[in-house]
Amino acid sequence: MGGIPHDHYEPKSKAAKAVHSRLPIVGLLYDTLMVPTPKNLNWMWIWGIVLTFCLAMQIITGVVLVMHYTPHVDLAFASIEHIMRDVNGGHMIRYFHMNGASLFFIAVYAHIFRGLYYGSYKAPREITWIIGMIIYLLMMATGFLGYVLPWGQMSFHGTAVITGLFGAIPFIGESLQTWLLGASAVGQPALNRFFSLHYLLPFLIAGLVIVHIWAFHTTGNNNPTGVEVRRGSKAEAEKDTLPFWPYFVVKDLFALGLILTVFMAIIGFMPNYLGHPDNYIEANALVTPAHIVPEWYYLPFYAILRAFTSEVWVVQIASFVTGGIVDAKFFGVLAMFGAIAVMALAPWLDTSTVRSGRYRPMFKWWFGILVADFIFLMWLGARPAAEPYATFSLIGATYWFAYFLVILPLLGVLEKPSTPPATIEDRL
Amino acid sequence: MFKKLTTGIALALTIAAGVAQAAGSEGHVNDHAFSFEGPFGSYDQEQLRRGLKVYTEICSACHGMKFVAIRSLGDEGGPLLSKAEVRAYASEFVEVWDQSLNDGEGDYRAALPADHFPKGGNANAPDLSLMAKARAGFHGPAGTGINQLVKGMGGAEYILSLLTGYTGEEKTSAGVTLYENTAYPGGWISMSPPLYGEDVEFADGHKNDLEHLSEDITAFLMWTAEPKLNDRKRAGLVGVLILGFLTLMLFFANKALWRPIKYKKG
Repeated sequence: MGGIPHDHYEPKSKAAKAVHSRLPIVGLLYDTLMVPTPKNLNWMWIWGIVLTFCLAMQIITGVVLVMHYTPHVDLAFASIEHIMRDVNGGHMIRYFHMNGASLFFIAVYAHIFRGLYYGSYKAPREITWIIGMIIYLLMMATGFLGYVLPWGQMSFHGTAVITGLFGAIPFIGESLQTWLLGASAVGQPALNRFFSLHYLLPFLIAGLVIVHIWAFHTTGNNNPTGVEVRRGSKAEAEKDTLPFWPYFVVKDLFALGLILTVFMAIIGFMPNYLGHPDNYIEANALVTPAHIVPEWYYLPFYAILRAFTSEVWVVQIASFVTGGIVDAKFFGVLAMFGAIAVMALAPWLDTSTVRSGRYRPMFKWWFGILVADFIFLMWLGARPAAEPYATFSLIGATYWFAYFLVILPLLGVLEKPSTPPATIEDRL
Repeated sequence: MFKKLTTGIALALTIAAGVAQAAGSEGHVNDHAFSFEGPFGSYDQEQLRRGLKVYTEICSACHGMKFVAIRSLGDEGGPLLSKAEVRAYASEFVEVWDQSLNDGEGDYRAALPADHFPKGGNANAPDLSLMAKARAGFHGPAGTGINQLVKGMGGAEYILSLLTGYTGEEKTSAGVTLYENTAYPGGWISMSPPLYGEDVEFADGHKNDLEHLSEDITAFLMWTAEPKLNDRKRAGLVGVLILGFLTLMLFFANKALWRPIKYKKG
């Protein structure tokens, strides 16, 4: 690993030297664990560990659940009940997996907004950011695929709605939707392939997580000041950093312990709080639930999807210019994916020379509004598609895009940032 | 800034739960204190036995419970019938179709403990196995889910309010008789009032007015939906205590570890 100068692993015994000269795996683990880490990381830097834990927990509980689950339209729902009733500890394992998804997304949103506030996405960490965004997209896909498997009412009708989005793509949409589902409607082929992919994607995520860590271990961590660690010499770097082990491992484990205590309380005392009652009704194609709502972690983007109706002038212009190819539904789909795309482009949209939001007086306010906007959109995503929610959604969606496409580029020019400390050591 | 974000996450979580159901003609559901609510709550075994009697004598005429095995009536945390009682109970269902009988032609036989509760007599009556989890009594305010955080999901409260929510009014719509019910979304339900009070007699002379019968059957249906509730709450409590202790240890370890670093800067 390049970057900040630090001590490397030196094999001592003959055997260790023999192994090291053939496969330097101990050295790799040593360097990863002892990576110099800025001394001043605050409590928002603990989410990485929480996320790693979540991934491991989801894979382990998931592997066990698969041993008892049956991916068949007539048997899937009953097999979940079999897990809940007959499998030893099955009810706990399933509740861990179910609520684990929520913990995973709470952590990823905290992690993303931390990056947005402290400018972690800026050079030289663009690749870390982009990999992170790909991981986030894969998480969304995995969560969606997994929600289908219990084959409850919300699984079934939610799948119909979400795959229907692909049907909105002009010309190829309908064929694409059929290709995705393996049939013209949600049924056995869809359940089988969603099960297969739900098992596959977490391992892709695990691979990308390694690349994500590799990337930021190369550039070094960002930190609350946004000032780079001095790397002229080892002595200089040591003034700004501490080794990851034991300092940050213990700190992160403390934070993880606190979070897991709350998590355990939710599983023990209110495991269905974040779920939807309709998913305890077996899927029935003939009965559509009164309100089809996605899981909470999709709601902000679901609100953006629904914000662009045919009455919105931007949609009308888009429709007119493209001769009707871009209709309101397709526009909504573009907006939903666009909302994530603009976030992924933040490294190139942010023109400010100062990295951390801590030294950006105007940025702080706009960022605060962005967080509020995100929560506002989350609330709107669960409301019925009616006034005044439609107008609110449009305002919320507009701010989301404006923040990334207008405010971030302009702030770099208009804002007069305060002066960050010269070094991390100065701040301590 | 991040205090705001943390508050925001907490708020977002409550909103998330409020996803449940949105506005519309929601019925009126009253909060009720069941024995199984709260972190220390558990099922009342006697109540579950009474509820089973109500289910057997009243509900099972129309409704089935296909996910619930009869043998589970003998499980810890449930009605805890003895093995003989479970066998005797199973044999009361005399008509269970068994395809393996009669050289693969199939035939009827009495139910065994390993069988699940049979289908009810009315094809339109929904299965009751999971009913207490498939409904939410509380939402809002304004879709934020705070009510569920305070009062619980309210599936049991919904069933109780439904059973006691008949006003006595009837109407006929497209040939179907509908009964006015204050808890049912939309206000009119096709199920005729199943309980009036004193429909079931208990050997120990326990009260059998409408309120008590409804409460007993509701508790029983909560158990059929979540048979491992007692185990789960115990595991939750033990888990919270162990993790809480571990967190406390890590807190002190972290403090001790960082003290020299922080001291130096001062």
